[in-house]
Amino acid sequence: MAKIFTYITFKNGVPDDSALELVNAAKQIAPDASPTAVVVGSGIDALCKEVAASYAEVWKVDNEAFAYPNAEVIRNVLSSILPQECILLVPHDTFGMDLSPGLSIKMDTVFMPDTVGFGGLEGSMLKCIRQEYGGAVSTHVSCDITKGAILNIRPGAFQPDESKAAAGQVVDKSAEAGDLSTKRVYLETVAAEVGDVDITKEDVLVSIGRGIEDEDNIEIAEDLAKAMGAVVSCSRPIVDAKWLEKSRQVGTSGQTVKPKVYLACGISGSFQHLGGLKGNPFVVAINKNPKAPIFQVADVGIEADILDFLPELTEAIENL
Amino acid sequence: MEILVCVKRVPDTAENEIEVNKDGTGIETDDLVYSVNEWDNYAVEEAIQIRDKVGGSVTIVSVGDEESEEVVRREMAMGADNGLLLTDDAFEGSDGKGTATLLKAVVEKGNYDLILTGAQADDGAGQVGGMLATMLDMPYASLVNAIEMLDDKKLKIGREIEGGNQEMSEIELPCVLSIQTGINEPRYVGIRGIRKVASIEIPVYGAGDLGLSADAIGAAGAGVKRLDYFVPELGEGAEMLEGSTEEIVEKLIELLKAKGGIK
Repeated sequence: MAKIFTYITFKNGVPDDSALELVNAAKQIAPDASPTAVVVGSGIDALCKEVAASYAEVWKVDNEAFAYPNAEVIRNVLSSILPQECILLVPHDTFGMDLSPGLSIKMDTVFMPDTVGFGGLEGSMLKCIRQEYGGAVSTHVSCDITKGAILNIRPGAFQPDESKAAAGQVVDKSAEAGDLSTKRVYLETVAAEVGDVDITKEDVLVSIGRGIEDEDNIEIAEDLAKAMGAVVSCSRPIVDAKWLEKSRQVGTSGQTVKPKVYLACGISGSFQHLGGLKGNPFVVAINKNPKAPIFQVADVGIEADILDFLPELTEAIENL
Repeated sequence: MEILVCVKRVPDTAENEIEVNKDGTGIETDDLVYSVNEWDNYAVEEAIQIRDKVGGSVTIVSVGDEESEEVVRREMAMGADNGLLLTDDAFEGSDGKGTATLLKAVVEKGNYDLILTGAQADDGAGQVGGMLATMLDMPYASLVNAIEMLDDKKLKIGREIEGGNQEMSEIELPCVLSIQTGINEPRYVGIRGIRKVASIEIPVYGAGDLGLSADAIGAAGAGVKRLDYFVPELGEGAEMLEGSTEEIVEKLIELLKAKGGIK
């Protein structure tokens, strides 16, 4: 069995939730796995110590050059420090999507994107579970790990290992980082624009997706929101179509919201969208497609065309 | 600026309900409406806008069956200069690495400064661009939502990262970028536009034309293979409200009141 490593992402010195989720992901590949965490950054002693509470071994790669995580540089670092034929688990976030496909080529291993589960290991064949078409269907995918593997793991797909009983040791691998030159230089991060409404602070959201069909129909959602004392938020396609501002978008590439009540109107419910919905709200899904994935996660579902249903609901609330 | 844009023909999820077929070997393909992968449209639009600013050419390439010619033609109708179709029975069953290997062979036949792909297709893998870049030893950036030409050797790019923030970088040419939706507004292609490019010949390359051995591509070269399809069970599922619209509205209002959804 190849050695398992996990890549730790972090922000402001705090490890991402995925750091603990990857412990359990490794154990689902091999129940007796004791994965080694790899932390690449600048001034990361305290961070590595924290990670060592959950990992028996933490590899620290510390250098000022890693003050910002540039996947182009870190790809070279990982391919120089990691042994051939290892299994590396990486969170499938915007960093992992940037890093891993190329890393699999560099290390001549297989790559599995956006893994949500495992279905067992037989010989060198690892069975992975993925989703396609925005979560409408799932697939079992076999992956030949004879020469190792880079497995990107969907954030939130595995339970975190909260035991924190590893009392692990930190091994300094900084001297082995290798070539730090890069043809892609990080400049700055531009913060998301603040819109007229802060949807992250709202208790009730009327959220619209593709089912609204036309820019002119947004009024229908605004009328309902007004009647409820809520505000309108949306899924990605609405922002891509420039019908609403980016600041209204719920999802991993938009805002993370924590409402009490969330009306998902004509939203199919991709994991990127649901990734922005936290705090366990009461979710009402209204969609004309009874197989939309949103119905699997909603508390209450209504199979209806929102263009017909929302005006009825608005009128009834106005008449209360 | 010589630009290559990689596009893919996919079932249109906005037009279809995607369902698992009877024996679980794939999705139900009867009556499926196909179109170009949504992300790729943005990549083609971006390429055309760059060419219109600085000159050069835009070439569209697709790996797929013969029917993929229609998406190559559709994207050419947006204003691209050339099209290429890579089709061969030997390509079937290729994994991401196999597809990247095919595209690498195409890139090496040309002289491209910039290679664009969509950030992902509906299978959600988003892997071919990054693999291709490393195979070509070119720099790469994923989820690109802004491109600005600095000079003929360098671009300033934005990547869409968590929380709607944008990560700005400088990247040297030649490079590979995977394009996120929303970077631009892809132009509309009408029937007339497609007619205009209807007679342009689109060269078709097979494994032999690309000088590739059979074990590097197709099912034989794939380390990753789909075994079956099934319907996911994510949670307990919603309690579906049923009855007449009036009854549903009444039930929903009661629930919303109880949960603090109506102020």
